[in-house]
Amino acid sequence: MPFIPHSEQDIKEMLSTIGVNSIEDLFDEIPESLRCKDLASIPTGLSEMDVTRLMRDRAAQDGLPLCFLGAGAYEHHIPAAVWEITTRGEFYSAYTPYQAEASQGTLQLLYEYQSMMASLTAMDVSNASLYDGASALAEAVLMAVRANRKSKSKKILMPRTVNPVYRKVTEAIVKNQAIELVEVPYDPVTGQTDKVALEKFSGEDFAALVIPQPNFFGVIEDVDALAQWAVDNKMLSIAVVNPMALALLKPPGEWAEDGVDIVCGEGQPLGAPLASGGPYFGFMCCKQKHVRQMPGRIIGRTTDLDGKEGFTLTLQAREQHIRRSKATSNICTNQGLLVTAATIYMSLLGPEGLKKVALNSHQNTQALSQRLQKIKGIEPVFTGASFHESVLKLDTNIEITIEKLAHDHHILGGYDLAKDYPELENTLLVCATETRTTADIEQYATVLESLL
Amino acid sequence: MANTLDDRKYAESHEWALLQDDGTIRVGITDHAQELLGDLVFVELPEVGQAVGKGDECSVVESVKAASDIYSPVSGEIIAVNDSLSDEPEMINESPYDDGWIFTLQPVDASELDELLDAEAYDDSVAE
Repeated sequence: MPFIPHSEQDIKEMLSTIGVNSIEDLFDEIPESLRCKDLASIPTGLSEMDVTRLMRDRAAQDGLPLCFLGAGAYEHHIPAAVWEITTRGEFYSAYTPYQAEASQGTLQLLYEYQSMMASLTAMDVSNASLYDGASALAEAVLMAVRANRKSKSKKILMPRTVNPVYRKVTEAIVKNQAIELVEVPYDPVTGQTDKVALEKFSGEDFAALVIPQPNFFGVIEDVDALAQWAVDNKMLSIAVVNPMALALLKPPGEWAEDGVDIVCGEGQPLGAPLASGGPYFGFMCCKQKHVRQMPGRIIGRTTDLDGKEGFTLTLQAREQHIRRSKATSNICTNQGLLVTAATIYMSLLGPEGLKKVALNSHQNTQALSQRLQKIKGIEPVFTGASFHESVLKLDTNIEITIEKLAHDHHILGGYDLAKDYPELENTLLVCATETRTTADIEQYATVLESLL
Repeated sequence: MANTLDDRKYAESHEWALLQDDGTIRVGITDHAQELLGDLVFVELPEVGQAVGKGDECSVVESVKAASDIYSPVSGEIIAVNDSLSDEPEMINESPYDDGWIFTLQPVDASELDELLDAEAYDDSVAE
């Protein structure tokens, strides 16, 4: 039997069985005004050869620019072994298997991943990943509102120093649950979350405070003070962190006296290449006491009837196939393939390797920032210490400058902060990871100087 | 066959409510409910001081199979919770009507109890 579903004959028979004349009649309920007439703008199909050619040409248009752009996604060196191993047939499935326990290898890998993330963040537990950093923050906000049962409020304190894209995504996901995100301004001198402004919210009922580390400006926040403030004001704390930075900085599980409640963030720096914004993966860790409010899948280690070690999905009772509309989240999948890459990346580098990457990125950005500040018309904006990004003010139209750098010189010069912070006009967020050399930095500085 | 006691009232959603001498009402889940759920592994207790309406979700019991909401059988304020369930949720399986109680509330109007089922009516509703 050929695999051709719905032959003309099949369709005719099925329609006559239910007493309907045409397929079109099945859609009668949908008002005419809501129907899209035809799909004229969708071209007809292409052959594989044509598609390959088209995509190769498109990819070539990107070229191989020299990247000084960060702002949430970072170009790190990915050892060749990472994707060689990740794309082996045994791993090459981006989905949680439906018959999960039959895939012991996948479950073990996820378990190892969770162990590594829990260790990196110094938290009790990790889930098996979420979609990306932005949706992970949205899930963390939903989780905090559920978990903070002492709070009657559905309000969250959200510093403006949190990645603007994360804030938009979070708003979009949580607003229909009547959760309100209240902005906390930043200190225009240091670039840190403004603690004086934060103090004005003292005594008010909020479910949680979000704490970025480093923040969107690359600036290191005073995380101990912020986490303690949250405790003193009876709110939970949500850390949104760059996992690479944790190789150098104090992990969120050790902030203030007792650590934060929830940690989330973008996993891209751990082995995922820059690829027009994705696919990346989100991560989430939390304290043991909140584990039943944590969304996503959690893999556990156990022993079978014969006493042999085995891996299994755990805490499933709160997931949607059992709990339906009352599930902790409608997240039912994870970014398995990206998590596989991250696990292999972390295994290959080890804690010392990660530390070196983080330190080199920090030092290169320091060198870049200092070099650019030698150019007349470029000034630093914030005094706060930074991880691997730096904010610089230029005395020229930055939009045009970024465009010229990219178009004429194949340099991604940085991120125009005015897009999200209108008060930061002609202000550039730059980044130099471990992949940038002294020569790269000099090249950028020379070209930029010639444009000013 | 699950056990039902005559000294208390029952909700169709499988909670029992026992009026105590001091006028407070103790709440738990029925023997039938714990049998259906299987081994309990976690109980999410309500907060003391929390005001609940009749039929409000106020607690969650989680077994290896499912997590189920507990609905308050009457309106009132939670005045005590069974903290020992945090360490020993299996108490609900072992002693659903006694040591496995979940919370106690101060009722707004104890006559709301009259709207609940007696043991016989609950048995009938379960048998259906």
